[in-house]
Amino acid sequence: MTATREGASFASGTETDPAMAPHGMTLTLRIWRQKSPSDKGRMVTYQVEDISPDMSFLEMLDVLNEKLILAGDDPVVFDHDCREGICGSCGLMINGTAHGRGTSGGPTTTCQLHMRKFKDGDSIDIEPWRATAFPVIKDLSVDRSALDRIIQSGGYISAPTGTAPEAHSILVPKKDSDAAFDAATCIGCGACVAACPNASSMLFTAAKVSHLGLFPQGQPERNERVVNMLAQQDLEGFGGCTNIGECSAACPKGISMENISRLNHDLLGALRAGARPKS
Amino acid sequence: MPLDLFSVGDPIADTKAPRDVPIGERWSTRRFRARLVNPANRRKLTVIVVGTGLAGGSAAATLGEAGYKVKNFWFHDSPRRAHSVAAQGGINAAKNYRNDGDSVHRLFYDTVKGGDFRSREDNVHRLAEVSVSIIDQCVAQGVPFAREYGGLLDNRSFGGAQVSRTFYARGQTGQQLLYGAYQALERQMAAGTVEQFARHEMLDLIIVDGRARGIVARNLITGEVSTHFADAVVLATGGYSNVFYLSTNAKGSNATAIWRAHKRGAYFANPCYTQIHPTCIPVKGDYQSKLTLMSESLRNDGRVWVPKERGDSRDPREIPESERDYYLERIYPAFGNLVPRDIASRQAKNVCDEGRGVGPGGLGVYLDFGDAMERLGRPAIEAKYGNLFDMYAQITGEDPYETPMRIYPAVHYTMGGLWVDYDLQSTIPGMFVIGEANFSDHGANRLGASALMQGLADGYFVLPNTINDYLADGPFEKVDDSHPAVAEALQDVQGRVQKLLSINGNRTPASFHRELGRLMWDLCGMERSEEGLRKALDRIPEIRQEFWTNLKVSGDLDTINPTLEHAGRVADFIDLAELMCVDALHRAESCGGHFRAESQTPEGEALRDDENFAYVAAWEWTPEGAPPVLHREALEYEYVHLAQRSYK
Repeated sequence: MTATREGASFASGTETDPAMAPHGMTLTLRIWRQKSPSDKGRMVTYQVEDISPDMSFLEMLDVLNEKLILAGDDPVVFDHDCREGICGSCGLMINGTAHGRGTSGGPTTTCQLHMRKFKDGDSIDIEPWRATAFPVIKDLSVDRSALDRIIQSGGYISAPTGTAPEAHSILVPKKDSDAAFDAATCIGCGACVAACPNASSMLFTAAKVSHLGLFPQGQPERNERVVNMLAQQDLEGFGGCTNIGECSAACPKGISMENISRLNHDLLGALRAGARPKS
Repeated sequence: MPLDLFSVGDPIADTKAPRDVPIGERWSTRRFRARLVNPANRRKLTVIVVGTGLAGGSAAATLGEAGYKVKNFWFHDSPRRAHSVAAQGGINAAKNYRNDGDSVHRLFYDTVKGGDFRSREDNVHRLAEVSVSIIDQCVAQGVPFAREYGGLLDNRSFGGAQVSRTFYARGQTGQQLLYGAYQALERQMAAGTVEQFARHEMLDLIIVDGRARGIVARNLITGEVSTHFADAVVLATGGYSNVFYLSTNAKGSNATAIWRAHKRGAYFANPCYTQIHPTCIPVKGDYQSKLTLMSESLRNDGRVWVPKERGDSRDPREIPESERDYYLERIYPAFGNLVPRDIASRQAKNVCDEGRGVGPGGLGVYLDFGDAMERLGRPAIEAKYGNLFDMYAQITGEDPYETPMRIYPAVHYTMGGLWVDYDLQSTIPGMFVIGEANFSDHGANRLGASALMQGLADGYFVLPNTINDYLADGPFEKVDDSHPAVAEALQDVQGRVQKLLSINGNRTPASFHRELGRLMWDLCGMERSEEGLRKALDRIPEIRQEFWTNLKVSGDLDTINPTLEHAGRVADFIDLAELMCVDALHRAESCGGHFRAESQTPEGEALRDDENFAYVAAWEWTPEGAPPVLHREALEYEYVHLAQRSYK
């Protein structure tokens, strides 16, 4: 069998095929530029042209950045990696909503928001997550290490490698396992914090408390887990939860408010049992 | 083979696997013979782990638990971002929970055969043995695997296997396994056994007196380049699929750590073994920044087809059954849609080459759930694949519940990597390589759900048992920046970073990356030929030349500068691409993911040449100008006898 190499190459098909040519939206972007944590920062206006509706939001920013680099300007810094909605790196306030939830029509990460949701001539505001606990590093990139420290304070089951019993010795009812999975899909992007008027990380914390607390394996540390994670959350400067629900609405994985109820339930039980945060 | 492209050095051999005992006893024998380190002495020993994916995260956590002082480096903001997070389908283990004839030996056999007889039997057998402990470990950590109503773990069958041995967590298995390792790692950070270096990129390896003693890393926030020392260095930095620019890897995935280690003396094995995944969302346009995989678990219920007629552009729903070609079921009646990845990919390419491809540019085939929806109902399909269907709809704007998905192959995984022995130690004493970054277990083709298995096997169970044997000689003499070898490595890195910033030409790193990627996809992708590879080898030095004279990087040195990071990675990809082409050219046989047009059966299947190529090609880097040196490690098959793969 002989191969037609041209036919085999997606890249070589792109230039001549009109079906794959860009459809050309022109957009005005107002982007938060901030050189460093100490810089005051400001909104700067840019124009981008020839934006295809099939582009992702980040691919649209790539187009802008390529232009900025060639002009010798500092490209816009934003966090991103997998670009398939699972690593949790990306996160932008788009027209005032986390991950552009106001435009997307459904749960999404910024990287999975596509330009077909916008119209030619639109003006788009792009800002970083805004929260005391998420200081801006540069432009649209913020420091979310506070979330890792919340996990460090108790978001785990202590099971050193090699100590595990045979997997089937632990039975878990399917409904508990499914509920635990739903909570465990949290990608740690921080949209819940950005969307919350109090900049609370309660949904993030609750997702982990809930995930581990639903498993038999998670019971021995359940009381300490909830009190320590909440103490760390306060220490990091996140706000308190007032059950508004913006977090769940903005969550790309649709983590539900039910998890916050579970956390509160766990907290009551823990306090009654005398659990207190470590120092 | 003309010798202008490489020279041949001494053969190389793995000396650590105890071949004097039967294969089933080799791993326990090695653990017994390996020297131990007294728990009280472990805290005097420092280990650097680069990477926090399944391999790096699990290794760092486990070494920390064991009492070593661990320094863990990664370039993301959080360890939870490592690209293992994106693995969808599942993880294999020889539990035989389904009572369907599975065993350690069968997983071993399937993996050696699936790797097209280009992997080491010893390593693969160990992988199969360890697989069962991985599941136990993950369940204990609270990984929410799919379960049956009785509370037991669910399993499914996965690409290339006739038994159901794949454990999964909906379509997010990698994410859940990674979070298990991440939580164990964070626990050790809180305990103070693992010191964290977030947003640090390893840019060189430090070798003192012939031993790996540290790394040079750049702080990606401050731009500061600094040295870090240890008694051993573990690289868990993943694969190099992004040499193709478009791949299913995350944007940041790169080969810089392993390439710099290669330039310091670590042999690079089988660089041409790349895996093209058959079920990805097709390319849409020039602006495309990455490709998205649809888990191949979809092939369990989806049927792959194209129209029988070329150029049939009707809506797929209007094409009657009799005018569809379910080509995988037709060509491979026994395995059908579940043939291994390399075969499924190449057949997709073949039907598209025939002009029967679908979608923009004719570079796609249908993956149709119509039958499964009828048989199982929409709720069952939603429960199994909901997140994948949503992802597809979000990216393409099409509803896969209503119309068949369009898929096309894309680069997904690299089986090649740094050469390691049975202990996972590279040719540089004290440098260990784990996970996708090494070459060890998958031969010329990796089976589905085996990457997660290998990453966690290496990190949780293999490395923590083998590294002791090396560390038993430590702690080694203290080194610091005043040592000439350290100063030289530091200056090298600083000079290189400054050079990238100062060229001030007219092309961005991304533009070079795209050009290189397209060249590699065209000439070193799904099908390779001597003519094409020679063309690539003529072109790559020209790209390199232009890169170093016409690159444009804006921004500053002493701040976060993603363009500068990208430039450094592209520079290394260019060099690696050249070695991949040399390797692909020298291997004048087809095997697994490496398909040479000159070596195929009359039916167009890959034709191995065991007489001449049953070996691992381990390449030694030589200073600029001189061709690389090939060291052959002969592969012997004592337990799984060499046979032509057949999935008919």
